[in-house]
Amino acid sequence: MSYLWAFAVGGALCALAEAVVLVTRLTPAHVMVMFVVLGAVAGAFGLYEPLVRLAGAGATVPLPGFGFALVQGAMEDVHRLGWVGAFSGGLRATGAGLKAAVVFALAASLVANPRR
Amino acid sequence: MGAALRVEHGVDRRRYQEWVRAAEPRPHVAAALLRAFLAGGMICTVGQGVLNLLRASGLSEKEAAAPLAVAMVFLGSAATALGVYDNLAKVAGMGAALPITGFSNAMTAPAMEYKREGYVLGLGSRVFSVAGPVLVYGFATAWLLAMVSWLLSRVGIHWGLAG
Amino acid sequence: MSAAPAFADRATEAAVGRSARRLAPGAVRLAPSAAPALVAWYTVAGPEEATGPLGHAFDERVPDYAWGESSFERTERKFLRHATQGVLARAGWTPEEVDLHLGGDLLDEITTHNFVARELGIPFVGMFSACATGGGVLAMGALAVAAGAAERLLCSVSSHYYTAERQYRYPVELGVERLATNQRTATGAAAFLLAPAPPGGGEAIRVTAVTWGRVRDLGVKDPNNMGAAEGPAAADTLLRHFSRPDAVPEDYDLVLTGDLARVGLPLARRLCREGGLDLGERWQDAGVLLYAPDQPVQAGGSGAACCALVLAGHVLTAMARGELGRVLFVATGSLHSKTTYQQGDVLPVVAHAVELEGPAARPRRGGEEA
Repeated sequence: MSYLWAFAVGGALCALAEAVVLVTRLTPAHVMVMFVVLGAVAGAFGLYEPLVRLAGAGATVPLPGFGFALVQGAMEDVHRLGWVGAFSGGLRATGAGLKAAVVFALAASLVANPRR
Repeated sequence: MGAALRVEHGVDRRRYQEWVRAAEPRPHVAAALLRAFLAGGMICTVGQGVLNLLRASGLSEKEAAAPLAVAMVFLGSAATALGVYDNLAKVAGMGAALPITGFSNAMTAPAMEYKREGYVLGLGSRVFSVAGPVLVYGFATAWLLAMVSWLLSRVGIHWGLAG
Repeated sequence: MSAAPAFADRATEAAVGRSARRLAPGAVRLAPSAAPALVAWYTVAGPEEATGPLGHAFDERVPDYAWGESSFERTERKFLRHATQGVLARAGWTPEEVDLHLGGDLLDEITTHNFVARELGIPFVGMFSACATGGGVLAMGALAVAAGAAERLLCSVSSHYYTAERQYRYPVELGVERLATNQRTATGAAAFLLAPAPPGGGEAIRVTAVTWGRVRDLGVKDPNNMGAAEGPAAADTLLRHFSRPDAVPEDYDLVLTGDLARVGLPLARRLCREGGLDLGERWQDAGVLLYAPDQPVQAGGSGAACCALVLAGHVLTAMARGELGRVLFVATGSLHSKTTYQQGDVLPVVAHAVELEGPAARPRRGGEEA
């Protein structure tokens, strides 16, 4: 059952983003920024957490889930540490994924070349 | 064909823009949405599989978030290095770009590309050239919302997640 | 009907009137005795181009995008090196015998050409009109030969899908969905040799007239729709060319534009019809011809090599066989950079027209004295 919800919600978020690209003719980069910001805002208003509970990876793997994790971390830290938590919280919550992206990008560049 | 080099089509910019809009091929919206849905759904299902494995090893939902992100980033990076991720994206569009594997692709592709201009000034400075905007506006939005939540809490209003 | 434009004075007419006649601003007719010959041409085509409908027409077909080089920029130089050396070998010329090399490509600072010119050692002038460079170098080269300033002249252009993607768009491995209006930068290089035609013209293909392009725009800002942006350049140059007293559509077997592709061609046709010019079926576009509809090129081809490959591989061969007599080659290009379009500016566009006559050309109905 968890797979079905992950597939449906993750797929729906991607289809929604595709619809924005097709309708507005914005570049994918613009739409990705838009969805991260939307995920953060929805998270702050408590709207994204129910989706995460329902769909698991279907809500956390797409980029709005990244925005949600950023705002979740910032909110936690800001109420624990004060104003400085707004600066540290987002990175603390998403640091593993970010650092992984840097490390694996570097590793890939060492072993692979753009092909063809 | 009379006076030399004086014939004009007389079409102004506004009118030509209307022609251009009418001439643009209509994308097959339903097919594109379906492809994005299937690809995005598939990637998230793989993610759910990883998440279920992590949960089975005893991690809480919250503890599993970081290793899940690392695993998905690894898969995106590996698919990029193998030269298959851009082909998936050409078919799936946002179905490949929106999951965190797409974010990973957006880091790995410039890393592979710009290392030819050097590991410091090429790769090092341009690795965020595509993924950077997502971080900039994601960080800024999260900071702003957290500050608002904190300031409101000072005056006794409790708004915002975990607030 | 207006009188033929007069030269400013008799001394000017005496000096240049024998080789080239300026009919109006931007319009040149080369005297029959001075019109230079295209003595040889040579094409090197990339993988997608080699497997397209014109694949058989190219001299070298390269099966992969790297071609053994460590960067795509170096690969593009290798394409150009093969094209220029191939054309020289075909004519039996050594680089030392060549007076001038005119060429250009899409890369910043025209680096592909500057690096290959450094190897060739031929006096070199780089020219940039983006995808219209092929028209620009052939026109300028023909005028230099007609004026007696060069006896042996080399013209060349090149482009490479991945060097252009890297400069104008995204890294190779980045997953980006292509839009239906996108055009694929052709991978390849083409080189041409110009020399004075043998007395009487013989069987030579000759450059007989030029109409220089004006830089235009009709407000298109979308770099993913270059065909639509370039339509006004093609229309402007065609309308100006066919309002010359010496050019009537019926004189031409083919009008080859490049690279409007499937989105831009109908728009340019419509602009021409608004100006009273209907070229009918004789008007074809290199961006449409280079690839089959089932190839992954969206709207069609673009890039400096696109129209040059179609001209050299397809059209010149047909002219030499006598299947085409008189051809108007109209290379179109969008002159934007990544910086200008990201700052929201329009795509400035240009098209240069070169008239070519083969052995099968019928006598012209258009006259210099209208």
